[in-house]
Amino acid sequence: MSAAATERKCILRLENISLAFDDGSKVLDGVNLAMWAGETKIILGAAGAGKTVMFKIALGLLKPTSGRIYLFGQDVTDFKEAQWFEVRSHIGVLFQEGGLFDSLTIEENVAYPLVNRTNQTPEQAHPAVKEALEFVELGHTLGKFPSELSGGMRRRVGIARAGISDPALLLYDSPTAGLDPITANNIMALIIQEREMRNATSAIISHRFQDGHIMANFRYNPESKRLERIPDDSPLRKSTRFVVMRDGRVVFEGSEAELDASSDPYISKFSMQRSAH
Amino acid sequence: MLDILKSPIVTFQEFILLAGRATTNIVRRPFYGSDVILQMDTIGVGSLPITILIGFFSGAVMALQMSRALSQYGATGQVGQITAITLVREMGPVLTALLVAGRNASGIASELGSMKVTEQIDAMRALGTDPIKKLVTPRLIATCFTLPLLTIVADFIGIIGGYLVAVPLLALTTSSQYWNNAWRSLEYNDIAQGLLKPLVFAVIISLVGCLYGIRTTGGTQGVGRATTQAVVVASVWIFVCTFLITRIFVNI
Repeated sequence: MSAAATERKCILRLENISLAFDDGSKVLDGVNLAMWAGETKIILGAAGAGKTVMFKIALGLLKPTSGRIYLFGQDVTDFKEAQWFEVRSHIGVLFQEGGLFDSLTIEENVAYPLVNRTNQTPEQAHPAVKEALEFVELGHTLGKFPSELSGGMRRRVGIARAGISDPALLLYDSPTAGLDPITANNIMALIIQEREMRNATSAIISHRFQDGHIMANFRYNPESKRLERIPDDSPLRKSTRFVVMRDGRVVFEGSEAELDASSDPYISKFSMQRSAH
Repeated sequence: MLDILKSPIVTFQEFILLAGRATTNIVRRPFYGSDVILQMDTIGVGSLPITILIGFFSGAVMALQMSRALSQYGATGQVGQITAITLVREMGPVLTALLVAGRNASGIASELGSMKVTEQIDAMRALGTDPIKKLVTPRLIATCFTLPLLTIVADFIGIIGGYLVAVPLLALTTSSQYWNNAWRSLEYNDIAQGLLKPLVFAVIISLVGCLYGIRTTGGTQGVGRATTQAVVVASVWIFVCTFLITRIFVNI
């Protein structure tokens, strides 16, 4: 490891994390993962590979059976729920299906982190909420309820909520699952914008290789307001890493080129998807 | 054998832990006052019409049943006393609690269950809110506050129902004798157990509803299962506890 790399801040480190059910079946089996500041991780894997469980462990929503979790340089494995609240305030999360509160309006949903964490009143939070919703092109939905929005719109509201408190780490769980390709690409474009605007470390769970491909190869140009291909020699290219999970284990970690070059039939499935589209 | 016992013991342990955390949260900041008011409206005001209806008919049917038995002994004048004691001690608290269990334990379990399966509870934790403080404690406070009040309403309306059957309909007794008997027969012991029971039932209804809601797994099917279990378990515990409380008060 170079000197420059050692100086980079480790945002999240999972060390030998395992999670087993009472009957002994393992959901996660010795997972190791490190996320460095400014890095983007694309976590690929079939359904049931343990991707979401790993996310929930990283957020302290589930307790691992064994292993250590380090977030922002501190060991948080044995943290109590009240201590986790402080750690989680630096993490933005998009849950599968958005995880929006049905009983709250879109404005209240997006304002939730500000109102609950920083004790702002809804009126004080309003300008930031409006801006965040306008960023995801949903500025007109403030008074609506999540049930009145489409799946893609709910996901966009989730992205607005995840980023509103300016977190250092952004976790997106299956942001494009169940969406048509056009909506899915729009969502990925928003995630790229979010990544570049906030310079946050991001992890994206997906079962679509295209999502990772877009993240690894494109950047947002604020002048033309469009995505553009990252030049081959740009250091930005190296910041996107791919992780492939299978049956609760990390079976691959590397760059897009290394993923493409893999001869493992399971791993190459996630790169072969690209040629299918 | 041990495996059969394991599940109910684990559930009971979770219930106690939830009760402990929900109760300690009552005095911890932040307070979700608006949530408490909202739940009081849903549980208390929402259950009021049906409580009045059930209270009225349980008093009326009690007077009807007693009319035959009491006339055999020539003691129809005691109908006010019997209606009042039965309603205040037992029928009022238990029927109201069963009603609220059917209406609100199921409502709470399905609401929290849906939130669980759509990851809203995880989202709440991830966004820095303790779901027990935000969801369970307001429901516990609201039920503990409104169920005794609903029971008082049910008791009173029930005595009116008994009056309408005993005096205008069957002419078993006079109006003043009915009310006088009903009033004088009630002792502090009756009132105490008549108000302690709804408080205990309120804890059971709200926490069982919340527990089964929060434990929900397995998608929409799981929500249905949690709802059914919440109502069944709450109803059974209402009967068990009414027996235990009555047993204690009989000896006092």
